[in-house]
Amino acid sequence: MSTAAPCAVELKALRKSFGKTEIIRGADLAVAAGERVAIIGPNGAGKSTLFNLISGRFGPTSGEILLNGQRIDGLKPYEISRMGLARSFQISNIFGRLSVFENLRCGVLWSMGYKYAFWKFLAGLDDANRRAEELLHMIKLDRKHDVLAMNLTYAEQRALEIGITIAGGANVVLLDEPTAGMSKSETSRFIELIREVTVGKTLLTVEHDMGVVFGLADKIAVLVYGEVIAFDVPEAVRANPKVQEAYLGSVLADAQAAEAGH
Amino acid sequence: MASTAVVKSGPLGRLVVWGLFAALLVVLPLLFRSSLALTMLSQMGYLVIICLSYNILLGQGGMLSFGHAVYTGMGAFIAVHAMNLATKGSIPVPLVVVPLVGGLAGMFFAALFGYVTTKKSGTTFAMITLGIGELVAAMSLMFPGFFGGEGGVTTNRTYGAPFLGLTFGPQIQVYCLIAAYCFVSTVLMYAFTGTPLGRMLNAVRDNPERVEFIGYNTQWVRYLGFVIAGFFAGIGGALATINFEIVGASDSLSSVRSGGYLLFTFLGGATFFFGPIIGAVLLVLASVLLSEVTKAWLLYLGLVFLLMVMYAPGGIASLIMMNLRVAKFGKLGRLLGWYAVLALTGGLTFFGIAALIEMIYHMQLNEALGPVLSFLGIELNVKSAASWLGTVVVALIGVGLFELTRKRFALRWGEVQGEIEAAIRAREAA
Repeated sequence: MSTAAPCAVELKALRKSFGKTEIIRGADLAVAAGERVAIIGPNGAGKSTLFNLISGRFGPTSGEILLNGQRIDGLKPYEISRMGLARSFQISNIFGRLSVFENLRCGVLWSMGYKYAFWKFLAGLDDANRRAEELLHMIKLDRKHDVLAMNLTYAEQRALEIGITIAGGANVVLLDEPTAGMSKSETSRFIELIREVTVGKTLLTVEHDMGVVFGLADKIAVLVYGEVIAFDVPEAVRANPKVQEAYLGSVLADAQAAEAGH
Repeated sequence: MASTAVVKSGPLGRLVVWGLFAALLVVLPLLFRSSLALTMLSQMGYLVIICLSYNILLGQGGMLSFGHAVYTGMGAFIAVHAMNLATKGSIPVPLVVVPLVGGLAGMFFAALFGYVTTKKSGTTFAMITLGIGELVAAMSLMFPGFFGGEGGVTTNRTYGAPFLGLTFGPQIQVYCLIAAYCFVSTVLMYAFTGTPLGRMLNAVRDNPERVEFIGYNTQWVRYLGFVIAGFFAGIGGALATINFEIVGASDSLSSVRSGGYLLFTFLGGATFFFGPIIGAVLLVLASVLLSEVTKAWLLYLGLVFLLMVMYAPGGIASLIMMNLRVAKFGKLGRLLGWYAVLALTGGLTFFGIAALIEMIYHMQLNEALGPVLSFLGIELNVKSAASWLGTVVVALIGVGLFELTRKRFALRWGEVQGEIEAAIRAREAA
């Protein structure tokens, strides 16, 4: 990688063990700013663990994680979030007893500098309120403004999950299986939504649905047994013999089927 | 039940509500003029502050504290010493600012102990507050100089120059001081719910993990909420000191006291801002009036708490709000008949069970007064089989009828809620 422009996200010899089990075994990856990367791999390859390491949910056992050239391994999730990295969760992780609007506004507050203020009224924070309204419109939940988040449908909760993730204006966005559990028609609409709201951002996503992978990603990273065995544009990844070896079977077949369907 | 819609009120509506609250504080002592009533109103005044401060933890922050009496109690002790020092002329603290001194003391101790307690949430948090509560209660016995030992610390509130002509000797003047602090504290605590920190406290309650990923340190959010709750708890404690002119450690710092705040805040309703106000009023009614009526008052209280936890976990406030919602959709009329039947069968059940409880209590505690006791105007004899049989039969019939109506009512209630949900969806779609 060139020394001039640091990568948005860079992993160097990253390792993570839980007890004696090593889940991530020396993963290397360098994602340039603005790239959209899909991370694929068989079940148990460590995709979610990788996201948990990057976002600070767990600390790595060894190795380095860099965000825009700065070390972030070992930092707390909120510290990483403040440096401009946001993530969504595989299982909707929202504020159930707050309204949809309040959920989004909570996501906005820190980035607008309101922090722990108890001497200002939320109602008077015009910029934060405007931004929350914009987000509400972007994720197409305008009509659910005052509905409690726990009363939303599953697909709406997924949309809100994305809304909270992008609310803080982070430049690097990690989406963990954003379309998990959605129907086919919901998925295609949702991919469109993700594409819209992440314009100009660096995007990393874990996905099982190959249709989504090819629809959304500029590059694909293949994670097998805790190592990145390939990282390239989709065509090159598919032609890669190592990938074919690891993947001989279901996923590649899916990929070709999805390709044929395009 | 979970679907309580977010209630919106304009600035005018809010002004009306606060106006009514202020008017109530002024009018109540004029309506109830007896000295007992005035004493009770004074207690309600500072307990409103304390229960609301407790709800910053429980309802708004999801922190189940078993040690809130530490902060009201420390506020009370610092206040009593401040008053005694001011009486001697050592410090220039007029009585009207003593509650603020108590508030700062509560805040100081919350900042000190809260640093440890708020490191964790959930069960661990609850355990640590319990531990610190016991710790402080035990320490109070080790320092009789400060805490006054068994007898407590006494003071006299009528020191210094009168404030606007008030000497704070008569109870009514003390009530005025308490009411003023009650109003201002309530306004401030309500205002807090509308600030960034107040909202993030709700977010931490709902989902602490996610809060970490939107830039906030959950521990710090909890800590700041805890310190603010400590401030208002201290004000409440200091007002209690001014009211009684005595503070005792075995009472003010006890876990029983903490438990009382928890119980009544919950009964009043932790999910709505005004719930703890109802709780504070009930706390005084129960501990002053109910305890006069029956020796078994704590037992009744336990029963009510049990039923509330099982059937209406949102407390009285949520019962009110749910019925207001039903009324807003014009469906309350269909339920009124059911409420009447529920009240009737519930009353019968209560009558039977309460008669049994009173007879047992009478047997255990008032044997010397003879076997006859009067219960709600009825003569019961603990030596007569007819009395026992009669009350048992009434209780059983009551329970049976109540269960029968309760089940049917639950169905009807579900129907009405379903219709309301459908109406809301239709409105959204339009």
